[in-house]
Amino acid sequence: MLKRRIIPCLDVKAGRVVKGIAFLAHRDAGDPVALAAAYDAAGADELVFYDITASSDERAIMVEVVERTAAQVFIPLTVGGGIRTVDDMYRMLRAGAEKVSVNTAAVLNPALIEEGARRFGSQCIVLSIDARRAAAEAGAPPRWDVFTHTGRDPRPTGRDAIAWAREGVERGAGEIVINSMDADGTRDGYDIALLRALAETIPVPVIASGGAGTPAHLLAGLRDGGADAVLAASIFHFGEYTIAEVKRYLDAHGVPVRW
Amino acid sequence: MTAEIVVIDYGAGNLRSVVRALTHVGGRTLVTSDPAALHGATAVVLPGVGATRDTMDSLQRLGLAEAIRDTIARGVPFLGICVGMQVLCTSSEEFGSHACLGVVPGVVRRFADGLKVPQIGWNQVDVATIAQGHPLFAGIPDGADFYFVHSYHCDLAEQALIAGTTDYGVRFPSALLRDRLAAVQFHPEKSGRHGLQLLTNFVAWATA
Repeated sequence: MLKRRIIPCLDVKAGRVVKGIAFLAHRDAGDPVALAAAYDAAGADELVFYDITASSDERAIMVEVVERTAAQVFIPLTVGGGIRTVDDMYRMLRAGAEKVSVNTAAVLNPALIEEGARRFGSQCIVLSIDARRAAAEAGAPPRWDVFTHTGRDPRPTGRDAIAWAREGVERGAGEIVINSMDADGTRDGYDIALLRALAETIPVPVIASGGAGTPAHLLAGLRDGGADAVLAASIFHFGEYTIAEVKRYLDAHGVPVRW
Repeated sequence: MTAEIVVIDYGAGNLRSVVRALTHVGGRTLVTSDPAALHGATAVVLPGVGATRDTMDSLQRLGLAEAIRDTIARGVPFLGICVGMQVLCTSSEEFGSHACLGVVPGVVRRFADGLKVPQIGWNQVDVATIAQGHPLFAGIPDGADFYFVHSYHCDLAEQALIAGTTDYGVRFPSALLRDRLAAVQFHPEKSGRHGLQLLTNFVAWATA
């Protein structure tokens, strides 16, 4: 049976891991290569490095971080943040990333998804979507708007998140990461309705992101939201829960996990 | 010093990951697209990601298809990974039916509708009777999880070649063994400790 995946996400800036609280206030938490190895040993099923670097010099550092990680960590690594061209994808994949994730750049240039999928295969291309709940009339089903540039300057795109996810898959994305901007940083749990709306309509794996604070939140995302995997940051980074604890909890509640 | 393991370079995206993992477990690798390099090889690894049709086109263009058949026929230890397992079959249905290497009888088929395709993630490999106690699976528990990424799978005509099976809507062969030929549908180079164990075993088995 296919297992549900637990994926720690490390925000990396200029070669160092920082933890984003609601994307903004950062504090330093260490060396990405050492953390990646520690998470692998602790039972993480995959890892995500999210590059929050601004300058191209610092991007070169990220390539080197990926290379060093790939030489000693042998589980799938996804790199996101600042991937704007097929050449950017190539550099990260060649450095040892298993997948690359695109977000704002794909909204601005949707053909980027097709170009990446054609050149490297859909399995390499993750479409990451930042979505915020839209005001809906009473009784109407909920809707979510896609935003870009969510780090500093969130901009609405006028796109519907479910429709954009579907389009992304048609263009060749092999997985969808859905980040609820409403839930992100709250540690109150994922937006389950958003997850369910996606999981029911998208024929590729859906990865939940944004809002998890407890193992019960991860369980809800996987079981009630129907997500194939959960991306989590703060729940693990500060040592509140270990991955093994979370997996034991999920296993006890009937969610298949890898040991 | 251990002998060199030839890793076939035909443009597969995961080539470097496979080389990194083999190096990590103490293998000495030679990456090449030269068919002549296969003649003196101690062991050969055929990595793969993508489609069987593209892979077959590349192997034929580079003159590697015949060299691979010859290498396997001579009993040189061989490991096919993912598409490197699939192209061993007789034919594939991916992007229109086409011939593959024909090293083992079987057809490469797409997963049924209604499943999320590709299968991406960790799934368990149930070790078949023929593989129990085999050096390639030493230290790997029955039912261990490995990392899979694929939309197609082998449908092998000979049960006797199936070394492991995996359930994803359908039970499909996820490992095969015949003499010194081994192949796996999953990615040992991305499968954590069990994957590294399998590669360690291959290096030992192939270079013994």
